[in-house]
Amino acid sequence: MFSRAYKTAVTVPPLLWVTLFLLVPYALLFGYSFWTVSPAQTIVHHWNLGNYRELLHVHVYFETLLRSLWIAVRVMLFALLLGYPLAYYLSFHAGVRKHLLYQLVIIPLWVSYLVRAYAWKTILGSDGVLNTLLQYAHLTRHPVEFLLYSPFAVVLTLTHIYTPFAFLPIYASLEHIPRNLVEASHDLGASPLQTFWRVILPLSIPGVLAGATFAFVLSLGDFLAPLLLGGPSGIMISNIVVSLFGAAYNWPLGAAISLCMLLLVVGLLFLSQRLEKKWSYS
Amino acid sequence: MIASTQPAASPQPLLSLRGVCKSFGKLTVLRAVSLHVDEGEFLTILGESGSGKTTLLRLIAGFERADSGEIWMAGERLDLLPPYRRRVNTVFQSYALFPHLTVRDNVAYGLRVRKVAAGDVEKRVNEALAMVKMSAFAAGKPAKISGGQQQRVALARALVNRPRLLLLDEPLSALDANLRRQMQLELKSLQREVGISFVFVTHDQEEALVMSDRIALLRNGSLEQVASPRDIYGRPATSYTAQFIGHTNLLRGRVEHGVARCSGLEFSSSASDGPALFSLRPEHIRLAGAGVPAAGDTVRFQARVLTQSFHGATDLLQVECAEGLKLTVRLPSHGALTGQRDFEFAATDAVAVRDSEERS
Repeated sequence: MFSRAYKTAVTVPPLLWVTLFLLVPYALLFGYSFWTVSPAQTIVHHWNLGNYRELLHVHVYFETLLRSLWIAVRVMLFALLLGYPLAYYLSFHAGVRKHLLYQLVIIPLWVSYLVRAYAWKTILGSDGVLNTLLQYAHLTRHPVEFLLYSPFAVVLTLTHIYTPFAFLPIYASLEHIPRNLVEASHDLGASPLQTFWRVILPLSIPGVLAGATFAFVLSLGDFLAPLLLGGPSGIMISNIVVSLFGAAYNWPLGAAISLCMLLLVVGLLFLSQRLEKKWSYS
Repeated sequence: MIASTQPAASPQPLLSLRGVCKSFGKLTVLRAVSLHVDEGEFLTILGESGSGKTTLLRLIAGFERADSGEIWMAGERLDLLPPYRRRVNTVFQSYALFPHLTVRDNVAYGLRVRKVAAGDVEKRVNEALAMVKMSAFAAGKPAKISGGQQQRVALARALVNRPRLLLLDEPLSALDANLRRQMQLELKSLQREVGISFVFVTHDQEEALVMSDRIALLRNGSLEQVASPRDIYGRPATSYTAQFIGHTNLLRGRVEHGVARCSGLEFSSSASDGPALFSLRPEHIRLAGAGVPAAGDTVRFQARVLTQSFHGATDLLQVECAEGLKLTVRLPSHGALTGQRDFEFAATDAVAVRDSEERS
């Protein structure tokens, strides 16, 4: 059908791209993770499992990973709890306002991540909008400190940032449900609530899984929100990786953590894809 | 029994529509439609696309609200109820089977949401599947079965609820011609068997003639004629009905003192004096036997054969009469016919019809 030259022209650039910017860096990461840093701060190219052993025995890494997972789980749940009803309303009940509301959900994505994170800093800070309001209303006398520099601030910010990512695939899956299935359900005597549980929700599961995966994976690897708003108690695993590759100068250990994270995320993506397939019927 | 105390002469119809109007924005879809469906009746709503027939069905099912008018079923105002409270079920044009449920769970859906006991659900679902010969496919998902089989499942899913009334929205339009004919007969015998009233929507006049007890012909949102298949075909009230259901020749002329004159043809007519329009079916015109004298009410005329086409059991002829009047004639298959021929028809077969163009 197509000439050899055409096939080459089409396949080589993406292959090259993937090799240069994905496979080579991962191979380097893999290599680094088995090396060590000498007391003289040089990287020793001597293969050993020391970095992985350290991950298992030094509690702070494991604890930070657990905290990161817990933050990601909460962000995912909140993003679904906010994103699903929004998507449902838009898809089934918004009528002519549908497209306007859709744009309103999408617009924040055009604003820089950094700006949105900083916005929360000015809202939650001790001189922030929220504390000023609380004091003005005489609800507190002193600024409430726990708002900023806490896991709470991180979860709040990440939820705000990643809810549109959960919303989009859910909305797409709801839009894909043939409306005559909803009519058929009502026709067979199912109330709107029964129709939701028995028809709409099951058919939107692929979108929920995709949205949940987006929110979870993106927030698990996030490092800006914890850096800006997390404080010492809100540190996440990516912050550790950043410092290991930076000030701490321990690339091998950083590489080992990165690789573990990579495996975790790839495993999750694989699982979510399998589940999505199982739940899709089109 | 309460039913026996009612006068048998005027049984209350199961469903009645009273002056139902519906518009979508500026587009008027139904204009004051009044119609009734009797208990156990097979009523077909026939019409071209855009005539409002699907909207009419959706109003009965409850997916749309009428702008004015009322719908009553068995002494109860139906149009005020949400669709899930109506004892009406629908077979959708595209079947609308739930893709995530098995065939069995699709059929059980209506019973389960109405909280019927599990044992009864099991029994009734099995009966319904057996009725449409789909028991063997019960465990599969709808995507695994053919269009005709999906059709049967959709039917079982509706009938298992024992509705008072079943609505069918062009359910056979997606099937190929052979399967379609077979399903027409199956559907008709199934309807007799279960004794449930069917309201069947189609644009196919042949399908309507084959299946219905009565046909309601819809045109631009108004009912053109409601009658039994034989009546609507044999006694069309308007020129539109005559042309839409079957083929016909329309003869325009005048009636004076019981005699109609249409472009050189003369025949007795009971229509009132004045301009008149007659429908004469092509199969009612035949070749006049040579030497056989015409019977009392038979109209004889000479015509030239223009074209002849072979349609299996019959031949279709275009003929031209003395005054340039062109007629279509359907004859039992014959050898080739050419030149001037004598034709005849019975005067009673020329049916006076109202001119649909004048009215609208």
